[in-house]
Amino acid sequence: MNIALEAPYLPLAGKRLRQETSRDDRIKFGLMAIIGLYLIVALGAPLFVMLSKSLSTYRFDLAAFEFQVSDGTGAKWGPVETADALNRKLGAVAEGDLASSTDGRLAATKFFPDFSFRSPVQYRIRGTTDDAAFLAGSTLEKGTEWREYDSGTFRRIMLRPARTLGLDNFKTYFSTPALARSIYNSVLMATISTVVTISIAFALAYGLTRSCMPLKGLFRGILAIPILVPSLLPGIALVYLFGNQGIFKDWLLGYSIYGPIGIVIGSVFFTLPHAFLIILTALSIADARHYEAAASLKASKWRTFTTVTLPGARFGIVSAAFVVFTLVITDFGLPKVIGGQYGMLAVDIYKQVIGQQNFEMGAVVSVILLVPAILAFAVDRHMQKRQVALLSARAVPYVPKPNVRMDGICLAFACLVSFFILGMIAMCQIAAVVKFWPYDLTLTAKNFAFDLMDGGGWTAYANSIKLALLTALFGSVIVFAGAYMVEKADAFRFGRNVFHFLAMMPMAVPGMVLGLAYIFFFNNPANPLNAIYGTMTILVVSTVTHFYTVAHLTALTALKQMDPEFESVAASLKQPFHRLFFRVTLPVCLPAILNIAIYLFVNAMTTVSAVVFLYAADTKLASVAVLNMDDAGDIAPAAAMGMMIFYTNVAAKLIHALFARGLLARTQAWR
Amino acid sequence: MRHALSIEPTPTSIPPTAADAASYLEISDLWKSYGDFVALRDISLSIARGEFICFLGPSGCGKTTLLRAIAGLDLQSSGKILQGGHNISTLPASNRDYGIVFQSYALFPNLTIEQNIAFGLENAGRSRAEIATRVAELLATVGLSEQSKKYPAQLSGGQQQRIALARAIAISPGLLLLDEPLSALDAKVRVHLRHEIKSLQRKLGVTTIMVTHDQEEALAMADRIVVMNHGVIEQVGSPTEIYSHPKTLFVADFIGETNQFPAKVLKDGTVEIGHSAFDCSTKDLVVGATATAVVRPVDIIPHGANAHAVNAVDRPATPQNLIDAEVREMEFLGMFWRTRLTAPRLGERTLVADFSVNAVRRLHIETGGVIQVEIPRDRLLLFPRSA
Ligand SMILES: Nc1ncnc2c1ncn2[C@@H]1O[C@H](COP(=O)(O)OP(=O)(O)O)[C@@H](O)[C@H]1O
Ligand SMILES: [Mg+2]
Repeated sequence: MNIALEAPYLPLAGKRLRQETSRDDRIKFGLMAIIGLYLIVALGAPLFVMLSKSLSTYRFDLAAFEFQVSDGTGAKWGPVETADALNRKLGAVAEGDLASSTDGRLAATKFFPDFSFRSPVQYRIRGTTDDAAFLAGSTLEKGTEWREYDSGTFRRIMLRPARTLGLDNFKTYFSTPALARSIYNSVLMATISTVVTISIAFALAYGLTRSCMPLKGLFRGILAIPILVPSLLPGIALVYLFGNQGIFKDWLLGYSIYGPIGIVIGSVFFTLPHAFLIILTALSIADARHYEAAASLKASKWRTFTTVTLPGARFGIVSAAFVVFTLVITDFGLPKVIGGQYGMLAVDIYKQVIGQQNFEMGAVVSVILLVPAILAFAVDRHMQKRQVALLSARAVPYVPKPNVRMDGICLAFACLVSFFILGMIAMCQIAAVVKFWPYDLTLTAKNFAFDLMDGGGWTAYANSIKLALLTALFGSVIVFAGAYMVEKADAFRFGRNVFHFLAMMPMAVPGMVLGLAYIFFFNNPANPLNAIYGTMTILVVSTVTHFYTVAHLTALTALKQMDPEFESVAASLKQPFHRLFFRVTLPVCLPAILNIAIYLFVNAMTTVSAVVFLYAADTKLASVAVLNMDDAGDIAPAAAMGMMIFYTNVAAKLIHALFARGLLARTQAWR
Repeated sequence: MRHALSIEPTPTSIPPTAADAASYLEISDLWKSYGDFVALRDISLSIARGEFICFLGPSGCGKTTLLRAIAGLDLQSSGKILQGGHNISTLPASNRDYGIVFQSYALFPNLTIEQNIAFGLENAGRSRAEIATRVAELLATVGLSEQSKKYPAQLSGGQQQRIALARAIAISPGLLLLDEPLSALDAKVRVHLRHEIKSLQRKLGVTTIMVTHDQEEALAMADRIVVMNHGVIEQVGSPTEIYSHPKTLFVADFIGETNQFPAKVLKDGTVEIGHSAFDCSTKDLVVGATATAVVRPVDIIPHGANAHAVNAVDRPATPQNLIDAEVREMEFLGMFWRTRLTAPRLGERTLVADFSVNAVRRLHIETGGVIQVEIPRDRLLLFPRSA
């Protein structure tokens, strides 16, 4: 007998009670609305505009305009004719030239070969549809009313193209072999790099968790280095090592480093830390009892490895693989430097937008690039969830036993990988401080005289620091406040879910795509936020948004560890939520907030992809300067600037470590 | 004649009952559903000022849900709540008048004990000195004055529990809500804290609702117990009422231990159990109705080998309910003996009976022996059974 299972009868069904809102609720709602609005403006709306751009084609629809011309006195009107009819008679505009873009303009006088400026002839024009639009000087006219102009004004009548929605841009894309080939190239490069990176990362993580090799801390430190430099830097190092003047050029047996080989080596370099950390975490949670069981069953080393180690880490491996795949396929800096003629999707966006000013095609490539990124993201989220379940069921931690041969092999391998990482950095360091690698090795500071070169000079470096600091500051505030609302605002469940979804999205949006979306959205005079276009503000906004997800998840994890009843206790004690927030939540989460800040700082220093579309003459950035100097052939100064970014990030990390320690000692006495 | 050892309740400790004090908290027709699942079903309850109430029931029966509705932390789907005459049904939690202690205590980890207790006192126009005095007073009340500068993590579970209590009563709330406050503690501390909480509540006179799934805790502490099951209130009453006069089989079964037998009403005042008839109050059950007969192990009276003997010491009150039983097993549980008996009159089923050490010695009860036991008429409870 289970009363609760009977059909529920609720009196006053449909007339649910609603709790009166408290002041706290209203403030929380307001804050959530503000931060939600931020994510919509900084992410949702730009992406939407970009999507609509990729589906938009522009074409002059001549049948949509009608003209009427007066005689020489301006009093008597001739017959009404459409522009289309006129064009067929005259052949003024070829069929192919009717395709246009957002800003297309077509002079009306083209259809009147007899047109003469300052004649007394009068002209009338109207649309045949409500959407037909033309410019008279700078005023936009629309609709089916006749409008009359003297010849002086008619000279300045410009027809505007009509927009149609459809997949035409995509058809064009796929029928252009050079473009469509990039999909194959990008997927191939990402796949090869993923396999190589994951193998190396797994071997390293295995050595660090399952052997007694010495210097584990040191190796972990070295493996974090690639995060501190822009992905352009390994490209530059490879140019110096294996490029046309590289000392090891012969090692490539005649193959060129410019292209797939360079892309794979460079990708392995800059994705290794990400894969390593994820797999290390997965291997660290191994259960010693499984190993004991395997040992008691007298399982061979190899069998233990394939039946215990690999399955235990499989979620970590899959997750790492997707992260690496996404990083490689969306990266723009490395293939730009080392890719040569090898077409990659992210570089195509850059070429279409910056080189050919073909924004619609840039949008098409962006949408195509979003597909694998979103797929990888979705699979990764799924894996992460299962990994968590594994974690919570964790048991006796595994403690490795010394084994001379095994430890020796692990150490040798770690040394080899460290040598690779340090070698790349060292190459850039040497190139930055010598006159002309490899021919003149005398030390010089001339490569640091950035002001003498294109790219932005020392101002660009100062701008980068400013961007990084502002991103760290505002980013931490926005991210933490947003995560707090998602986790701790009881009501508004729907709003919180939408918000969380928006916060997870940036992970799947490549920087190039975000940057291009920003151009479409903000570089539009009709947008009230147009004013931030070309300022430091838009750089900060784009960078915060670009790196939002990881920061959001960090904040969420910290907040989830707090007792969910704190808010209830504060309410029962009649304390406003902000008092609880500032006295308890914030201090307890301070370590996580500092981690978010340094994460944002480092990434703001190294990022190229989103900001490359958004910087202006007075907001040039160090990372972009690396790109531009490299493009201009000033490779040594590019390496020097790359090293400046590296030094800055190392310094920032050290300051963060010191600061965190000092602060923790003072405010976290309770731990 | 009054027994010398009986404890006379002191007049000051008499708790007000629902009858003699105006109702302080009045819940009427309260429902709560989560989607299709009904967590609370038509709850109506009246609580007097100063009362100590326990919500008792198995896990998942809706106790916490009801407590959180009273606190305004989870709004009910429908229904009305009055506190001190004011309608608080839809007030936000921060506008209601209560202090609360959660199972997890929810102490702020980065604040000292002192700061934790002072948290609710600040921001209300009190001076620093006033706050300090009040905190010191509260610390003394819960006996933790020495620990004031420590952080919660440095205290034992029981101490943390007392700090959470001190923080909740700091603002002198009209209502104190405790959600399984003792369940995270080990048994010894739990029993000790029971008394402390109870005496503190008496001293402050604060109306208190405590949620628990531990019947012993509820019986020991509550003025009145609200027994809940599947989102409905099964019975409300004092501990002795609930124990001695359970209104439903669920209550009888959930509180204390029971022997249960299928039974059938033979005629008014007589019921058939096993193969024979017993005297019993059949209340409003009709003749021929099937029922479950319940008797508690402690209510079974031992009469030694032959209670009918002329010289027997205690004569049975209801001779009809006297049965011959064989002692199958005996288990010494310290305070008493638990015995398992079989009786031809009851059929196959074993009867569990608890006998005092004294009785066992006096009546020479031993395993394998045959004794007579009485199931007193007024301790044999009948509950209707649906066919
Ligand atoms: N937020 C919720 N959503 C859905 N079901 C809930 C929720 N909270 C509680 N319940 C359900 O309501 C019932 C009563 O829960 P609760 O009041 O916590 O029980 P308890 O008596 O153990 O305190 C349980 O079956 C629980 O699963
Ligand atoms: Mg509960």
